[in-house]
Formats: sequence, structure tokens, C-alpha cells
Amino acid sequence: MKREVLIYKGFERFWHWTQAFLIMFLAFTGFEIHGVYAFLGYREAVRWHNIAAYMFLGLTVFAIFWHLTTGEWKQYLPTVKNLKAYLEFYLFGIFKNAPHPTKKTVLSKLNPLQRLTYLGLKVVIFPMSVFSGLLYMFYRYPTRHGVDWINIGSLEIVAIVHTVAAFLLITFLIVHLYLITTGHTLFSNLRAMITGYEEIEDEEKQGSDAGTNPPKEVQDA
Amino acid sequence: MRKTILAVVLAGIVVALAVKFLQSGEVEKTQLALLREKFSKKEARKKADHSKFQPLQRNFADPREVTATCESCHNLTAEQLTKSNHYNWERPQYVKGRGIVYLGKKNAVNNFCIATTANEKACAKCHVGLGLDEHGKLKTDPANIDCMVCHDTTGSYMKAPEKGGEPVMTLDFTNIAQNVGLPSRSNCGVCHFYGGGGNNVKHGDLEMSMFSPTRDVDVHMGVDGFNMQCIDCHKTKEHNISGKLYSLCSMNRDRVFCEDCHTSAPHEDDILNEHGLKVACQTCHIPVYAKVNATVTHWDWSTAGRFKDGKPYSEEDADGNHIYLSKKGSFVWGKNLKPEYAWFNGTASHYLAGDKVEDPSKPVILNPLNGSYKDESAKIIPVKVHRAKQVFDAGNKIIALPKLFGEAKGSGAFWVDFDWQKAVEIGMKEANLPFSGKIGFVETVSYWPVNHMVSSKDRAVKCEECHTREDSRLDQLRDFYMPGRDYSKPVEYAGIGLVLFALLGVAGHGGLRIFFALRRNRRRG
Repeated sequence: MKREVLIYKGFERFWHWTQAFLIMFLAFTGFEIHGVYAFLGYREAVRWHNIAAYMFLGLTVFAIFWHLTTGEWKQYLPTVKNLKAYLEFYLFGIFKNAPHPTKKTVLSKLNPLQRLTYLGLKVVIFPMSVFSGLLYMFYRYPTRHGVDWINIGSLEIVAIVHTVAAFLLITFLIVHLYLITTGHTLFSNLRAMITGYEEIEDEEKQGSDAGTNPPKEVQDA
Repeated sequence: MRKTILAVVLAGIVVALAVKFLQSGEVEKTQLALLREKFSKKEARKKADHSKFQPLQRNFADPREVTATCESCHNLTAEQLTKSNHYNWERPQYVKGRGIVYLGKKNAVNNFCIATTANEKACAKCHVGLGLDEHGKLKTDPANIDCMVCHDTTGSYMKAPEKGGEPVMTLDFTNIAQNVGLPSRSNCGVCHFYGGGGNNVKHGDLEMSMFSPTRDVDVHMGVDGFNMQCIDCHKTKEHNISGKLYSLCSMNRDRVFCEDCHTSAPHEDDILNEHGLKVACQTCHIPVYAKVNATVTHWDWSTAGRFKDGKPYSEEDADGNHIYLSKKGSFVWGKNLKPEYAWFNGTASHYLAGDKVEDPSKPVILNPLNGSYKDESAKIIPVKVHRAKQVFDAGNKIIALPKLFGEAKGSGAFWVDFDWQKAVEIGMKEANLPFSGKIGFVETVSYWPVNHMVSSKDRAVKCEECHTREDSRLDQLRDFYMPGRDYSKPVEYAGIGLVLFALLGVAGHGGLRIFFALRRNRRRG
């Protein structure tokens, strides 16, 4: 039995799309600051990059709070279960129009590859970008205010780490945009992230196909 | 409950924002506004009318009588002046690796007219005394101080050329003496604008257009603006004038900083203020110098001495600048020049007369400016770099001090006899230095920090003039990482590679999906 289920809640969608816009805007202004092209003008690029950075930080604080309070953070716990099946699906099955190895559920909306990727994004690339970005902005402030222990002699390492994070994010973005089309239908993933609803298999019928075991009490509910 | 908490938090944010906006709404007078107010008041510059003073109610025929009369009231001046570098042409300076030396026009070597040694009679036109003797010896008699050259307000005082600092004797000294006052741009400029033997030859940012510059030329001194005088910034105490140039100084003291008036955080934008930790104000605010008249950027003495039809000759460019003079050699001039840039911590080193040149195949830097990115007291400053080829004792590897000026043919001076051999022999003897008899030429470089011809803020150097991969103004300074200009090559290549790999990957994967989907459809169809 199939039915329309609210899979991405309002805040989640707001967070996703705001973050998407901010990352693209940050990349656009960031690579201008990096000297790749001139569009806004250097000063404006820096100004807007900083404004967007603060917005991104604010959004991240809300997102972390949301993940913690709703327990949604558990969606990103890595698992090896079905990992091989998913690798095989993307490498072979997808061309034969084979079904996805597992069904999406409200309780487990990410497949094991997504879990790994997003976890990497959240615990490696974002922190790399955010912390190097903060140092980029404030590396001179500690000495100016007499705080010597965090004095950084040169911007070089900070800037290079920030650049590495940017390249990784761009790469993620490209693959991510493509993988949107690999859902149940070409646009079902996109539609889900816009409307929140996706047509999914009923939970009761889905049984052991789930990506991970949902928490016990929820399973019972 | 949750709604209440949310409402309280939101209300808190709104109140905080409102308070912040209301606060910035209160107009606080900025430092710039205060300075504008201060310098737009046209105060009477004169503090006293000397024409009414009894001791000056007489006729003066001799400048020494004027000086003696000045000193009869200003009875501490002689003491102050005879200790000043304007009078002594030297001052004690600590030079790293050399210790304390008396440094000044007496013993420094430059790459314009080289040195004062044996040329004092001509050079002393810019001495604040009324006469040096032939050997450049100062007269200790305080009546020998030239008060009028700095304090004349009539604009008529004039030193005689090649008379060791004496004025033109036909001047109306009585009128000048009765009209003395604080020095204005013209008093300073009469020497400082013509260094090197002509207008703007030396500095590039100090030249005759600064007698009455427009605001476009200098935002402070513009006669159509605040009309500031030299001494408004070069504050003077007991005849010690603050500010100096590192062609003849080496210590980080008695300097004049923009920050003295403008504070170290003059911008609203904190990122710009942060730049001040490593970048001097002048670097952005003097985008070009030699705005009105050209300055010499290269002087080749080695071509000097050529004759046309058996006579010395000269060649001029379209603007009337000498590009060749038999007396002096060849010149390259430049106008509206972008400065070069250097790290500078306020100390310099100096080539002094008699120093050995280690490697004459490389240009000798006559006044190396000290500093680097790692040096916390160093900032990037704009400089005019003057390059030259000058006469050299190739045997002893010493920069030669030729006698250039001489009154009569046969005196051995280069400007009358055109013989390097003789000119250097006399000059070196005068300086008590050895001469091997072997004449050569050596390339030299001197740095002239650019501090004047400040532009208005809308003309300041734009961010992307430095923060750019190509033709950055700071192209020469490579000891630090600058965003927009610098990047790590491995990271750049790996990053671009990764992005391309991802693009190829998704294109390949997508292509295969389309291919198999079409095949399935065909089979089904």
C-alpha cells in the first residue's frame, strides 16, 4: 500500500533551502575573493561573503538545536547495513531500472550512502569551512585585543584550509544535484524537498527492508 | 508554554535590534569631522606684527645684521638652530651594524648629484646658514644663521646660486625683516621641491605644484580645500622639525604619522582599520605621485660628457624635461606614477662615503629600508625607487665622490672640464678617501618613501588593485599570503581536478542511465 507521507518537515525544508542558497552564494562570492573572477568587485564580494557567513552560522545554530531536540540527528548515524547493496544499486542496478534496495520511511529517510556523506559534510567539511572562516575573519583580533595565545602569524594555512573545504563543497554540490534525479522517479526527491511529501511504502508492510532498525518504541507505535 | 518562551525570545531580539539602531542614530562627531572643523577655520597665521617692533625700525643692508637683530629678542634660537640638522647637515643616528654615526648630507651618498663633498658652494644654496666655506665647514658665529630663508613671508627672499648659501645681496632686507612669520609651503618648498638639481628630480611627491596645489593634488594642502601648510603636520618644537626622510635618516623616531591626527581606526569599515596593522595609510591613499610634473626615475651618469660640435649640449622631451645633459648624463622621467611598495619598520641602513661595495655586478642599495611581513612593527609603504648608474672607483670598489661644481675651467670639476678621472681624484682627496685611478660605473638604487600628494578617499587604491592574481600592486612583496592574489598550487589543481572528476562522473553516470533507459524503451516498444 502506498501513501503520501510528510517526510521533510517545515523547518527541515526551510533549513535545507536556505542552506543551499547560502552555500551557493558563499561559493560565488568566495571564489571571487579567491581571485578566480571579478563580478561584484572585491570589496562588495568580501562584504556579502561575510554577511552570508553570519547568516549561515545563525542557521547552523538553529539546525543543530533542531536536530538535537527532535532526535533527527540519529538519521545520520552511520551504518554498514545495506551499504554494499546501495553501492551495487548505483553502480549497476540503476541502469537496469532495479528498485532501490530499501524503502524510505519517516524514521529512516537516508540510505547508508547518504548517511555517510551527510555525516561527513556535517562533522568534517562544515566545521572545516566554518572554523577556518572564523579564523579568516578574526585572526588579527586576538592580538589587537592583547590575546596572544591564539595569534596566527600568517593567513596562509587558514586560507588554504578554507579553500580546500570550498572545493569539497562544490564537489558535493555537483554530485548532490545529480543524485536528486535518482529517486523513485526523476523528480520525486526534488518534489519531496519542496513540498515535504513523498509517496512511500506503508511502514507496516515495509518490514525488515528499512535501512536501520528504527527505535523500538517508535516501531511499536 | 512553548509559545510564551518563543514570544519572549522574539521580543528580546526585537528590543536588542531597536536599541542598536537607535544608538547608531545618535550622531557622534567623527574624528574626521573634528579635523575638518579645525582646519576650515582660517586663523590668522601671524601672531605678531614684526613691522611694529622697535629693533626692526632701521635699514638692513646685510643679512647678518638681520640675524643678529632677530637673535637680540629670540635669544634661544641660535642655540637651537646650531644643534639642528637643518644647520649641521647631519644628526646622530643609530644604524644597525654600524653603531651611532653622524648621518647627513655631509657623508651620505645619493644617486642624484651624488655627494656634497667638494661641491659645497653650489649645494649650500639649500643650507640654513649664510655661508659655508669651500670645504663645507660651518661657521660657528650665530650671526651666520639664515633666519629669513624660512621666515620670510614676502616671498622675495632668494639665495644666490653658487655662493655658499649667501642671499642675493640686492634684496630689500629691511622689508623682509619687518615681515617675518611662520614658515609656509613656499619657505620649505624653495629647497625641498628642487632637490637633485631641478623641480621634482628627487622626491616625486614634493614639487613646485605644491606651492599652491589643488585638492586633487593633495587633499590636505589644496588651496581650494583646507590649504594646510607643511608645519601643520611637521609640528616643530624649538626649531626641531618633526618628520624626516629615510634618504638621510635611519632611526624610528621623530616621525610624522597620519594616525597622529586621524587615529589608528579612521574607517567605519573595520576590515579597512585592520589593514592598518600591516599597511601604512599612504599605501592606499597615495595611488599615484608626480601628479602634475614628472620626476626622475632613472639617471645614467655614464653617458655624461658627450659633446655635439665640440660643445656640451642638452636634449628635452615634449614636456621640457631634460633627457640628456652633457653635464649629468641621461634621464628617464615619469608622471602620474604608481609607487613601488616595501616593508618598512621605521629603520633604514645607509651606504656611507667610503664603504666598500661587495658585488659591483649587482645594484647597490644606498638606503635599504628594513622590514618584512614577519616583523610586527613593519608596514607596507609606497616608495619612489630611483635607479641610477653612477661613477665608481673600480679599483677600490668604492662609490666615487666626484667634484662636479667648479667656477672656472681647469678647476677639475666635471661640469666644466668633463673629465671623470680628474673630478673623482679631487673629490676623493677632499673626502680623505683613496682613489685607485680606475674609473667605472655601478648601478645604484635609492628608496624615497612617498608621503605627500594624498588623494581624496574616493580615489584611494581599490581592494582589487592589490587583491588580484595579475598585476597586483603588491606583486613584489611575496613574503606573505594575500587573499585574491595568492593560492596554493597543489590545492588549486587538486580542487579543480576533483570538481572536473565529479562533473565527468555524473555526466558519465547520467549518460549511461539515459542510454539504458532508451534501450529498454526500444525493446518494450
